[in-house]
Amino acid sequence: MIKVQREDFDIGVELAALSQGRDNVGAVASFMGLVRDVAGPGALSAMTLEHYPGMTERQLEQLEAEALARWPLDRVLIIHRHGRLLPGDRIVLCAATSSHREAAFEACAFLMDWLKTKAPFWKLEEIDGKSSWVAARQDDEDAAARWQNNNQSE
Amino acid sequence: MKVLYFAWLRDRVGLSEEIVEPPVDVATVGELIAWLAQRSPGHGEAFADPTIVRCAINQDYAKAHERFNAGDEVAFFPPVTGG
Repeated sequence: MIKVQREDFDIGVELAALSQGRDNVGAVASFMGLVRDVAGPGALSAMTLEHYPGMTERQLEQLEAEALARWPLDRVLIIHRHGRLLPGDRIVLCAATSSHREAAFEACAFLMDWLKTKAPFWKLEEIDGKSSWVAARQDDEDAAARWQNNNQSE
Repeated sequence: MKVLYFAWLRDRVGLSEEIVEPPVDVATVGELIAWLAQRSPGHGEAFADPTIVRCAINQDYAKAHERFNAGDEVAFFPPVTGG
Protein backbone atom coordinates (compact mmCIF):
# COMPACT_ATOMS: atom_id res chain seq x y z
CA MET A 1 0.00 0.00 0.00
CA ILE A 2 1.21 3.48 -0.91
CA LYS A 3 0.30 6.72 0.84
CA VAL A 4 1.66 10.12 -0.18
CA GLN A 5 0.29 12.66 2.24
CA ARG A 6 0.77 15.97 4.00
CA GLU A 7 -0.61 14.66 7.31
CA ASP A 8 1.33 12.89 10.03
CA PHE A 9 0.86 9.15 10.59
CA ASP A 10 0.66 6.89 13.64
CA ILE A 11 3.26 4.12 13.30
CA GLY A 12 1.48 1.87 15.84
CA VAL A 13 -1.83 2.08 14.02
CA GLU A 14 -0.21 1.58 10.62
CA LEU A 15 1.85 -1.46 11.63
CA ALA A 16 -1.04 -3.07 13.50
CA ALA A 17 -3.28 -2.71 10.43
CA LEU A 18 -0.63 -4.29 8.23
CA SER A 19 -0.72 -7.66 10.00
CA GLN A 20 -4.31 -7.54 11.27
CA GLY A 21 -5.99 -10.88 10.53
CA ARG A 22 -3.00 -12.21 8.58
CA ASP A 23 -2.24 -15.40 10.45
CA ASN A 24 0.50 -16.43 8.01
CA VAL A 25 2.55 -13.36 8.94
CA GLY A 26 5.27 -13.96 11.50
CA ALA A 27 7.42 -10.89 10.88
CA VAL A 28 6.87 -7.17 10.46
CA ALA A 29 9.99 -5.12 9.68
CA SER A 30 9.79 -1.36 9.45
CA PHE A 31 11.88 1.76 9.01
CA MET A 32 10.83 5.27 9.98
CA GLY A 33 12.72 8.38 8.88
CA LEU A 34 12.61 11.69 10.78
CA VAL A 35 13.61 15.28 10.05
CA ARG A 36 17.11 15.60 11.50
CA ASP A 37 18.84 18.82 12.48
CA VAL A 38 21.91 18.40 10.27
CA ALA A 39 23.51 21.71 11.23
CA GLY A 40 23.69 21.44 14.99
CA PRO A 41 21.31 22.17 17.85
CA GLY A 42 18.60 24.61 16.81
CA ALA A 43 20.12 25.50 13.43
CA LEU A 44 17.56 23.75 11.22
CA SER A 45 14.23 25.51 11.57
CA ALA A 46 12.28 23.49 8.99
CA MET A 47 12.50 21.13 6.05
CA THR A 48 10.07 21.32 3.14
CA LEU A 49 9.53 18.24 1.01
CA GLU A 50 8.47 18.94 -2.53
CA HIS A 51 7.34 16.14 -4.83
CA TYR A 52 6.00 15.43 -8.29
CA PRO A 53 2.33 14.49 -7.80
CA GLY A 54 1.43 11.54 -9.96
CA MET A 55 4.96 10.41 -10.67
CA THR A 56 5.61 9.92 -6.96
CA GLU A 57 2.70 7.50 -6.59
CA ARG A 58 3.68 5.78 -9.82
CA GLN A 59 7.29 5.25 -8.71
CA LEU A 60 6.28 4.05 -5.24
CA GLU A 61 3.78 1.58 -6.72
CA GLN A 62 6.53 0.20 -8.97
CA LEU A 63 8.76 -0.07 -5.90
CA GLU A 64 6.09 -1.97 -3.99
CA ALA A 65 5.57 -4.36 -6.94
CA GLU A 66 9.33 -4.93 -7.22
CA ALA A 67 9.63 -5.84 -3.52
CA LEU A 68 6.65 -8.20 -3.72
CA ALA A 69 8.23 -9.88 -6.76
CA ARG A 70 11.67 -10.28 -5.16
CA TRP A 71 10.77 -11.56 -1.69
CA PRO A 72 8.09 -13.86 -0.29
CA LEU A 73 6.18 -11.03 1.36
CA ASP A 74 2.60 -10.71 2.48
CA ARG A 75 2.31 -6.93 2.33
CA VAL A 76 4.32 -3.77 1.76
CA LEU A 77 3.56 -0.32 3.15
CA ILE A 78 5.17 2.96 2.12
CA ILE A 79 3.99 6.25 3.63
CA HIS A 80 5.84 9.42 2.58
CA ARG A 81 4.91 12.92 3.71
CA HIS A 82 5.34 16.18 1.83
CA GLY A 83 5.07 19.85 2.76
CA ARG A 84 6.82 21.82 5.50
CA LEU A 85 8.09 19.68 8.40
CA LEU A 86 9.92 20.52 11.63
CA PRO A 87 12.92 18.81 13.28
CA GLY A 88 11.79 15.52 14.79
CA ASP A 89 8.76 15.22 12.50
CA ARG A 90 8.11 11.90 10.82
CA ILE A 91 8.88 11.89 7.07
CA VAL A 92 8.64 8.31 5.87
CA LEU A 93 7.55 4.86 6.97
CA CYS A 94 8.44 1.67 5.09
CA ALA A 95 7.27 -1.73 6.26
CA ALA A 96 7.20 -5.28 4.93
CA THR A 97 5.48 -8.32 6.37
CA SER A 98 6.37 -11.94 5.77
CA SER A 99 6.31 -15.42 7.29
CA HIS A 100 9.93 -15.04 8.37
CA ARG A 101 12.15 -12.16 9.34
CA GLU A 102 14.86 -12.39 6.66
CA ALA A 103 12.55 -11.45 3.79
CA ALA A 104 10.91 -8.68 5.83
CA PHE A 105 14.27 -7.17 6.90
CA GLU A 106 15.78 -7.30 3.42
CA ALA A 107 12.69 -5.97 1.67
CA CYS A 108 12.49 -3.06 4.09
CA ALA A 109 16.12 -2.09 3.42
CA PHE A 110 15.54 -2.43 -0.32
CA LEU A 111 12.44 -0.21 -0.18
CA MET A 112 14.33 2.60 1.53
CA ASP A 113 17.43 2.34 -0.66
CA TRP A 114 15.43 2.48 -3.87
CA LEU A 115 13.02 5.11 -2.58
CA LYS A 116 15.95 7.41 -1.85
CA THR A 117 17.18 7.32 -5.45
CA LYS A 118 13.92 6.90 -7.42
CA ALA A 119 10.99 8.58 -5.69
CA PRO A 120 10.71 12.20 -6.94
CA PHE A 121 10.99 14.11 -3.66
CA TRP A 122 13.29 17.07 -2.98
CA LYS A 123 14.26 18.48 0.41
CA LEU A 124 14.56 22.22 1.02
CA GLU A 125 16.30 23.00 4.32
CA GLU A 126 15.87 26.24 6.25
CA ILE A 127 19.07 26.84 8.23
CA ASP A 128 19.73 30.13 10.03
CA GLY A 129 17.02 31.80 7.97
CA LYS A 130 18.40 30.65 4.62
CA SER A 131 16.75 28.07 2.37
CA SER A 132 18.81 25.65 0.32
CA TRP A 133 18.11 22.47 -1.62
CA VAL A 134 19.68 19.32 -0.24
CA ALA A 135 22.17 17.73 -2.64
CA ALA A 136 21.84 14.05 -3.56
CA ARG A 137 24.38 11.77 -1.87
CA GLN A 138 26.64 9.33 -3.65
CA ASP A 139 26.36 6.80 -0.82
CA ASP A 140 22.60 6.69 -1.39
CA GLU A 141 23.32 5.80 -5.03
CA ASP A 142 25.78 3.14 -3.88
CA ALA A 143 23.27 1.69 -1.41
CA ALA A 144 20.63 1.43 -4.15
CA ALA A 145 23.11 -0.07 -6.62
CA ARG A 146 23.76 -3.10 -4.42
CA TRP A 147 20.22 -4.31 -5.16
CA GLN A 148 20.73 -4.19 -8.94
CA ASN A 149 22.57 -7.51 -9.16
CA ASN A 150 21.53 -8.91 -5.84
CA ASN A 151 18.47 -11.13 -6.00
CA GLN A 152 16.54 -12.28 -2.99
CA SER A 153 17.97 -14.72 -0.52
CA GLU A 154 15.37 -17.29 0.41
CA MET B 1 3.86 20.05 -25.15
CA LYS B 2 3.95 20.60 -21.43
CA VAL B 3 7.27 20.92 -19.60
CA LEU B 4 7.45 20.81 -15.79
CA TYR B 5 10.26 21.98 -13.51
CA PHE B 6 10.89 21.01 -9.89
CA ALA B 7 13.09 22.12 -6.98
CA TRP B 8 16.09 24.31 -7.98
CA LEU B 9 15.37 23.90 -11.68
CA ARG B 10 12.05 25.65 -11.09
CA ASP B 11 13.76 28.36 -9.03
CA ARG B 12 16.26 29.06 -11.81
CA VAL B 13 13.81 28.88 -14.73
CA GLY B 14 11.30 30.94 -12.75
CA LEU B 15 8.36 28.75 -13.83
CA SER B 16 6.86 25.53 -12.52
CA GLU B 17 5.54 24.64 -15.95
CA GLU B 18 5.24 25.99 -19.47
CA ILE B 19 3.81 25.01 -22.84
CA VAL B 20 6.49 24.89 -25.54
CA GLU B 21 6.58 24.00 -29.23
CA PRO B 22 10.08 22.85 -30.11
CA PRO B 23 11.01 22.55 -33.81
CA VAL B 24 10.71 19.13 -35.43
CA ASP B 25 14.44 18.46 -35.34
CA VAL B 26 14.33 18.55 -31.54
CA ALA B 27 13.35 14.94 -30.85
CA THR B 28 15.31 13.62 -27.87
CA VAL B 29 15.56 14.65 -24.23
CA GLY B 30 19.12 15.85 -24.78
CA GLU B 31 18.09 17.98 -27.76
CA LEU B 32 15.16 19.40 -25.80
CA ILE B 33 17.49 20.42 -22.96
CA ALA B 34 19.81 22.21 -25.41
CA TRP B 35 16.83 23.97 -27.00
CA LEU B 36 15.20 24.96 -23.70
CA ALA B 37 18.53 26.31 -22.39
CA GLN B 38 18.33 29.07 -25.04
CA ARG B 39 14.92 30.35 -23.97
CA SER B 40 16.09 32.69 -21.21
CA PRO B 41 19.07 33.35 -18.93
CA GLY B 42 17.19 31.44 -16.20
CA HIS B 43 16.74 28.43 -18.46
CA GLY B 44 20.42 28.63 -19.35
CA GLU B 45 21.36 28.62 -15.67
CA ALA B 46 19.02 25.70 -14.91
CA PHE B 47 20.45 23.56 -17.69
CA ALA B 48 24.08 24.75 -17.36
CA ASP B 49 25.17 21.22 -16.38
CA PRO B 50 22.83 18.73 -18.10
CA THR B 51 24.58 15.80 -16.40
CA ILE B 52 22.96 16.69 -13.06
CA VAL B 53 19.48 17.17 -14.54
CA ARG B 54 17.05 14.26 -14.37
CA CYS B 55 14.16 13.86 -16.81
CA ALA B 56 10.84 12.03 -16.86
CA ILE B 57 8.58 11.52 -19.87
CA ASN B 58 4.97 10.92 -18.84
CA GLN B 59 6.17 10.31 -15.27
CA ASP B 60 8.74 7.62 -16.12
CA TYR B 61 12.49 8.28 -15.98
CA ALA B 62 14.03 9.02 -19.39
CA LYS B 63 17.67 9.26 -20.48
CA ALA B 64 19.15 11.94 -22.77
CA HIS B 65 18.94 9.80 -25.92
CA GLU B 66 15.25 8.95 -25.46
CA ARG B 67 12.63 10.44 -27.76
CA PHE B 68 9.48 12.28 -26.76
CA ASN B 69 6.22 12.96 -28.62
CA ALA B 70 4.39 16.24 -29.09
CA GLY B 71 1.69 15.47 -26.51
CA ASP B 72 4.02 14.17 -23.79
CA GLU B 73 4.47 15.61 -20.32
CA VAL B 74 8.20 16.13 -19.88
CA ALA B 75 9.59 16.98 -16.45
CA PHE B 76 13.05 18.17 -15.42
CA PHE B 77 14.38 18.02 -11.88
CA PRO B 78 17.52 17.56 -9.78
CA PRO B 79 18.61 14.14 -8.43
CA VAL B 80 15.99 13.16 -5.86
CA THR B 81 16.51 13.56 -2.10
CA GLY B 82 13.47 12.01 -0.43
CA GLY B 83 13.26 9.43 2.34
